[in-house]
Amino acid sequence: MRYLPLTDADRREMLSVIGAKSVDDLFKDVPASARLGAKIGGLPDHQGELEVERAFQAFAAKNVSPGTAPFFIGAGAYRHHVPSTVDYMIQRGEFLTSYTPYQPEITQGTLQYLFEFQTQVTLLTGMDVANASMYDGSTGTAEAVLMANRITRRHKALISGGLHPQYRSIIETTAKWEGFKPVLSKADAEGLEDLIASVDKDTSCVVVQNPSFFGHVRDFTKLAEACHAAGALLIVVVTEVVSLGLLKPPGEMGADIVVCEGQSIGNGLGFGGPYVGLFATRDKYMRQMPGRLVGETVDADGKRGFVLTLSTREQHIRREKATSNICTNAGLCALAFTVHLTLLGEAGFTRLAEINHAKASQLADKVSAIPGVKLLNDSFFNEFTVKLPKPAAPVVEALAAKRILGGLPVSRLIPNDPSVENLLLLAATETATDMGMDPLVAALKEVL
Amino acid sequence: MVQSLDRSQGRAGGVAAGAASNHGTYTGNRALQIEEPLIFEMGQPGRCGVDLPEPPKVKDRLNGLRRAGTIGLPGLSEPQVVQHYTRLSQKNYAIDMGVYPLGSCTMKHNPRINEKVARLAGIGDLHPLQPVSTVQGALELIDRLAHWLKTLTGMPAVAMSPAAGAHGEMCGMMAIAAALEAKGERAQRKVVLAPESAHGTNPATAAALGFTVKPIPANDRGRVDLAALKAALGPDVAAIMLTNPNTCGLFESEIVEISKAVHDAGAYFYCDGANFNAIVGRVRPGDLGIDCMHINLHKTFSTPHGGGGPGAGPVVLSAALAPYAPYPWIVKDGDTWRVAEDGAKVDGTPLGRLKAFHGQMGMFTRALAYIMSHGADGLKQVAEDAVLSANYVMAALKDVMSPAFEGPCMHEALFDDSFLKDTGVSTLDFAKAMIDEGYHPMTMYFPLVVHGAMLIEPTESQAKEDLDQFIGALRSLTERAKTGTAAEEFKAAPRFSPRRRLDETLAARKPILRWRPSNNPPEGDPMKQAAE
Ligand SMILES: Cc1ncc(COP(=O)(O)O)c(C=O)c1O
Repeated sequence: MRYLPLTDADRREMLSVIGAKSVDDLFKDVPASARLGAKIGGLPDHQGELEVERAFQAFAAKNVSPGTAPFFIGAGAYRHHVPSTVDYMIQRGEFLTSYTPYQPEITQGTLQYLFEFQTQVTLLTGMDVANASMYDGSTGTAEAVLMANRITRRHKALISGGLHPQYRSIIETTAKWEGFKPVLSKADAEGLEDLIASVDKDTSCVVVQNPSFFGHVRDFTKLAEACHAAGALLIVVVTEVVSLGLLKPPGEMGADIVVCEGQSIGNGLGFGGPYVGLFATRDKYMRQMPGRLVGETVDADGKRGFVLTLSTREQHIRREKATSNICTNAGLCALAFTVHLTLLGEAGFTRLAEINHAKASQLADKVSAIPGVKLLNDSFFNEFTVKLPKPAAPVVEALAAKRILGGLPVSRLIPNDPSVENLLLLAATETATDMGMDPLVAALKEVL
Repeated sequence: MVQSLDRSQGRAGGVAAGAASNHGTYTGNRALQIEEPLIFEMGQPGRCGVDLPEPPKVKDRLNGLRRAGTIGLPGLSEPQVVQHYTRLSQKNYAIDMGVYPLGSCTMKHNPRINEKVARLAGIGDLHPLQPVSTVQGALELIDRLAHWLKTLTGMPAVAMSPAAGAHGEMCGMMAIAAALEAKGERAQRKVVLAPESAHGTNPATAAALGFTVKPIPANDRGRVDLAALKAALGPDVAAIMLTNPNTCGLFESEIVEISKAVHDAGAYFYCDGANFNAIVGRVRPGDLGIDCMHINLHKTFSTPHGGGGPGAGPVVLSAALAPYAPYPWIVKDGDTWRVAEDGAKVDGTPLGRLKAFHGQMGMFTRALAYIMSHGADGLKQVAEDAVLSANYVMAALKDVMSPAFEGPCMHEALFDDSFLKDTGVSTLDFAKAMIDEGYHPMTMYFPLVVHGAMLIEPTESQAKEDLDQFIGALRSLTERAKTGTAAEEFKAAPRFSPRRRLDETLAARKPILRWRPSNNPPEGDPMKQAAE
């Protein structure tokens, strides 16, 4: 077996040093009833690289990849062009095959890029501090609510109807089993929701998304003021981080915690994961954050260096009193994010955002010109909602039959709700072209 | 921004400040070790590492919320970016470089075919919410991995979505809470038993779910004390969380009795499967009577650790817990694969949802490629070689170091620090001296139950010659430590690494968690500022 260096001669020699007759002796603590004599049945034996690669090509051949079809799906995962440098860098073994930087003397590479990553996240979000990543935006959002509950010692979280439905569902699950009260507003397809009146002295936090799940762009400054007046925190979620190249950052609106899905930068669609959660807050809440933090310090020679710090918040030190149980995070996806953002820089990132907005505007104009199709958004970044004259799910299936990946029927994520049945969510990034938009419009006209 | 380079590059100023290890190079570099500033100290406006077209002119639909002012991101060209990250990479130790015996973390070889197949466009470039008719192969792939995991563990069900081990613990413990709720016992059963040797995520998970964590004592063989466990079990106990093989690297030899006692008391058995790599293909945890177990795909099945993640933590579930598995899961409907998502009409009462989309697909792909490459025969050999290598290291060191427990170990060899008694050398010093010998240190000070613990996990990936050199290095360090006159030398280690020991107290006392223009030292006196 190509991955196993020990030869039979090695094994014999090692057993004799150990003083064991066979490897079975080493497993003698396993209860006899659970000892398997032979390998587990019903499973194939080892295979060469060629055979394995063929098997995966066969899986791949049964999928329609967005690169081969007009493609307009977003809803929390966006298809952007990732420069070749990014993928090359994250495949360097020194990054790829290193563990969490527990020994800082020999992991300065990881520690320094995480420090740079944390800084980039604070700049994008307009916040004071950021951690070294969460699993993704969805789990990060639930962690933000828990953090707000800890800070305010309150247990009622107001959840916007503009928050991604699966994020809402994760908060509900967390609430049910970890014990707090989520108040879920109804789905806000028109973008008219105003939560200010619902904030009261029992409210721990309000969770909103910008742009919202349905694409609306909102200013939450007044909501932040209302939260602060009531002693509550404002949590702003961003699922399309490229929007921060163009939009007023949540920090400038008064957000207390900002959580972003960072996938758009550096990370491919990957059928939903792994992605990278960005998590930022105010200085005063630093010690309540979940996850790892990298800080600057000096070494014994007085040279600048970086270490994991403030770990008295974390499970390996604080155990049952930790701010979160998170251990492994999204290190390599954070590297992809930071390399891509470094390539983009100020000029590239803001231009990328402009292009996304322009492409989505073009798409919105084209689609809303189809008779019977109504655009629900006055505002959007690169994603918007249209109302179709009939249920969207079968329309999307009909488009798929024509090899067009034409958006997300909202009913897939908000099932059993007649008010969203006809809604279609469409996104366009810099990867969208006229050659893709025109067939979508033509096909939509046909199937509607 | 030249002045800001000083502190990081240790240019002329570094030499003047008397940094002994600089040997006075002008740049502060030492051959292949290049000092590297932060990107924020390198950027110039007007530089950019991408070429993007002029955006089409459209009417702005941003609701008047355009960002005012700049973000503050530095501008670098592509070659600068390549050099920057390449230089950073050269400051890291990695499995690709050699023995990485970090116990409990399972730093085994990461095959590159796994990277390649994860990047096939028909797998890596798929949107999670495409119509299911367009992702049949992806769903089949997840189901194939699920089948392997269930078969290898001998368990009837698996929840695939958890993002890492700790997330899997959350999933499994939520399932236990859901099962208790269904029996009307959730309010009454508030205690979770866990050994003091448990990984920190275990008590953190249990506490997050509102359970009180009570320790179960170990016997002098490093296993759960069965009599003490039986005494602790009662109508208030919800579950036991037990790692097997345990965090001392030992198989819980009375695990069948433990599981029976737990079930007789009406509680559930959560098995932390972080160490499944020691028994994969050789023992099915389902035969031991557990109710659920997370599997760190990034340990047992070699998906790369990536400097801290990402991982994946699928949880296998017993028949008793399967009805509570969270959304989503994959079902086969005739010839068609479908996804059961929130709100779907299903048998059972799912506990909810833990993560957006379908879980860590990129990790599923890599893990499945690893599994298929090994096959049932190779996986069994993996477990055997991992256990053999650990026992070999233990046997070759036991006369000079102090094994924490007698008898054979599983995949990792645990030592305490008694062999360092009166030498003035601590576990930390010993670990740092290993760095100078060209090794990543073992896990230190974990598990907490062993004084000055050193947990060595060689894995199955190292050739015997490399293990022999590693053993030789540790024997030599042990000898040097035992002269009784080497404490200073050990405390000064490491000397040859890109950085020497870092001041962690300073980092925590005055946290600097981001670059700011004002973090820069004033020109001409970089070291003074840095030492403050
Ligand atoms: C014994 C044990 N349990 C749980 C975990 C947590 O796993 P993860 O880091 O994937 O969340 C680890 C890994 O660090 C571990 O070693």
